[in-house]
Amino acid sequence: MALSLLQKLEILADAAKYDASCASSGGTRRNARSGGIGSVTGAGICHSFTPDGRCVSLLKILLTNFCIYDCAYCVSRRSSNVKRARFTVDEVVTLTLDLYRRNCIEGLFLSSGIARSEDATMEDMVRVARILREEHGFRGYIHLKTIPGSSPELIELAGLYADRLSMNVELPSERSLATFAPEKSAVSIKRGMAQTRARIAAAAPLKKGRGNIAKARQPKFAPAGQSTQMIVGADGATDAEIIGASANFYASYALKRVYYSAFSPTGHPSAALPHVATPLLREHRLYQTDWLLRFYGFSLADVEEAMDCGMLDLAIDPKLAWALRHREQFPLDVNVASREMLLRVPGLGVRAVDRIIESRRSGRLRFGEVARLSRGMRRAREFLIAADWSPRKLDSLHLKSWLSPAPEQMALL
Amino acid sequence: MMYGVHFTDDADGEAFRSMARCALSHAISPQELTFVVGRSPSLFAPLPAPEPGYAMTAPRAYLELLQDVICHRAEDRFPLLYDVLWRLKHGEPELLSRASDPAVSKLSSYAGAVHRDIHKMHAFVRFHRRQSGSGDLYFAWFEPQHFVLRRAAPFFVDRFASMNWIIATPDGTASWDGRELAFGPALPKPEKLEDEVLGEVWQTYYRTIFNPARVNPQMMTREMPKKYWRNLPEAALIPGLVAKAQRRIETMDDMPDVPPRFAEKIALQRKPEMAPADALAALRAEAARCRACPLHRPATQTVFGEGPVDARLVFVGEQPGDSEDIAGRPFVGPAGQVFDRALSDAGIDRAGVYVTNAVKHFKFEPRGKRRIHSKPDISEVRICGSWLTQELDLLNPDLVVALGATAAHALSGRNMAVTKTRGAELKWPDGRRGLVTVHPSFLLRLPDKGAQETEYAKFVHDLKLAAFLIGSKRESVHAKAA
Repeated sequence: MALSLLQKLEILADAAKYDASCASSGGTRRNARSGGIGSVTGAGICHSFTPDGRCVSLLKILLTNFCIYDCAYCVSRRSSNVKRARFTVDEVVTLTLDLYRRNCIEGLFLSSGIARSEDATMEDMVRVARILREEHGFRGYIHLKTIPGSSPELIELAGLYADRLSMNVELPSERSLATFAPEKSAVSIKRGMAQTRARIAAAAPLKKGRGNIAKARQPKFAPAGQSTQMIVGADGATDAEIIGASANFYASYALKRVYYSAFSPTGHPSAALPHVATPLLREHRLYQTDWLLRFYGFSLADVEEAMDCGMLDLAIDPKLAWALRHREQFPLDVNVASREMLLRVPGLGVRAVDRIIESRRSGRLRFGEVARLSRGMRRAREFLIAADWSPRKLDSLHLKSWLSPAPEQMALL
Repeated sequence: MMYGVHFTDDADGEAFRSMARCALSHAISPQELTFVVGRSPSLFAPLPAPEPGYAMTAPRAYLELLQDVICHRAEDRFPLLYDVLWRLKHGEPELLSRASDPAVSKLSSYAGAVHRDIHKMHAFVRFHRRQSGSGDLYFAWFEPQHFVLRRAAPFFVDRFASMNWIIATPDGTASWDGRELAFGPALPKPEKLEDEVLGEVWQTYYRTIFNPARVNPQMMTREMPKKYWRNLPEAALIPGLVAKAQRRIETMDDMPDVPPRFAEKIALQRKPEMAPADALAALRAEAARCRACPLHRPATQTVFGEGPVDARLVFVGEQPGDSEDIAGRPFVGPAGQVFDRALSDAGIDRAGVYVTNAVKHFKFEPRGKRRIHSKPDISEVRICGSWLTQELDLLNPDLVVALGATAAHALSGRNMAVTKTRGAELKWPDGRRGLVTVHPSFLLRLPDKGAQETEYAKFVHDLKLAAFLIGSKRESVHAKAA
């Protein structure tokens, strides 16, 4: 019996939910005042949140969950007994526009199992994006998953219609990929990301000397860049291996984001995989470490110093773990320390550091004032000196346990 | 003396500015003012009319703060705004840059709350479609925390300019008819709103995209506080989803599946790789899978040599760089461009020569968004040398030119000083005729233009020599063993 649209939605949204990416940020600003429908503000909007704490920003679905591949970690692999469905191109277009008009979503995130061939599937995905853009004047956000091994011409078209492209590496090492996704090739995934990087770089407006007319004529290519995802805990990879792979991808392929997705049971499990879910806290610590690398001036060697045997401490955040091992560098005087060093203080975020630097220009800061600029003072206090404050417990052996979050908070996750 | 100031609940920036103009022009300090909001007038005297000709000025940052803070519902926003304005004009002109000041800190937290409320309104308004004779009308009922309707409405014009819509709130109504954005008085809250898409498609999607294995309601309520739930059609599903999450995990089958029948059929159909066209293509395919040293892990791909199989002239570089690693082809980056220009100036057609590298994977250190080239180790050069040897065996060229010290080492098996050996024909240990010159990236690193020009000319001269040497079939009498 043919499946109804709602039944298909149920199957194909279920299969899509293991993709952590939901960002709708970074697209070129545009609106519908001169026609069409939709806008992109640049920042992205989360239209709802589900009880797993994740945001709903885009209609995240697969075009089909039929797949010729057999990747152990994926619920849609060919050897899984999951229910199968396939949207028509028009069905995806209608769903997107219907939900968009009700202000439920920022746009579409379309992924797919690989039915028939890489190119046949990629072609259908590109067709959805083309119809939305050209026949309906859709100006909302489109994120397309690109399929490793699909032809460069299709990736080229995908980048013209989509704001963001992504290709998931899923596992941090070639060794794991060979074990759990033997038909996938690490090289073909990396080549795919390399091609997208090369096209984004070629379409980027030239910095000087060409003027606005040349800029305007330059066709846009995935203006919100590309991203990727790694599953955490399905293979035996350590946090050091995962973060090392991330640092490498950021440097190599101009990625906007690497997403980390804690492995969780999907139903229809593969015999090759663990039966227990990875603690969500591990995923959270990886994100924190990723942030330290990208926004806090930490090097790969620095973050490795926050780990034990290549694993991050689940009890405390990686910046605190690093600082506890580098107490010789503290306490820092908030009234004179450099921005670079203040960013190393546990509990102080980028915003708090910038506000401290701005505020201290008009007079020395006292403890209470710093506390007004940062919410992380419980962790920061022992690492800071202020006009009326100097810490006493920095050298205590118990500092770590004082600064660890209370155990009942841990139990929530 | 004390003055009483009266504001309506939703007083706007203009109302505040005109009050401040009166008070400031008479140098009335914050301590002399009491503020009354919404309720009956104050017992204190009203403010006098402003001093004629008094021009009130304030820093731009203050005006921006005022525009945000005035939308907040807290009644103390008026005295706080006046207090900060007074201090700005009485000896503390830099006050706003001191975010740690209690009043500034409170005002900026109000501004933050207003921004958040605008953002949440953009996110949580849900339009219900009503079909009517003159076309569809999209209607939403929303209850913002603060007076943000006017600030939030233009976003909906940008996005839904082609639809007719109304957003009704307890403080007023915004409507768009395709041409004009209009604000009107509040409408009563509608009894019931219905929409097929919100009722079925949206709820199905919301329910399905939730991952019960990650249930974390605290995280959800932090971003979507309960005060917004009553106008979100999907929020009705939340209690049920949370309650059933644990059961859904427990009842998930944990036994591996018996694969469906089509799985095996597909496995058999997977197409074998195409057979390589010739021996060189076969070697290239084999090298693409090379795992002989760790360099393949961070690199994108093996960058194999490129050129016709009957090339008589072979150039060997050090290793692919960032651009070559991305493109999968040798000498396409900045150094490759210098090389191409020099080849052409030397009268050599790149399409007729074979270009390759001593090491076939890019070695680098990740540094933020860039990759910093690292020099390959001797061991990496030696291991990768087997590909170079096989390439040369298949091509059997007349002359092999080493570009730089790494290539010279790969071909000779020992350290060679490029500057001492360049410019004269030599013989590689395998008996092939050879020549050594600099790597084109050396030319890019020279700081001054004069040196660049001299070195470029010397490089072109070496390339011309290479062309001359393959032009003369006989072995050079001066060739010495490398």
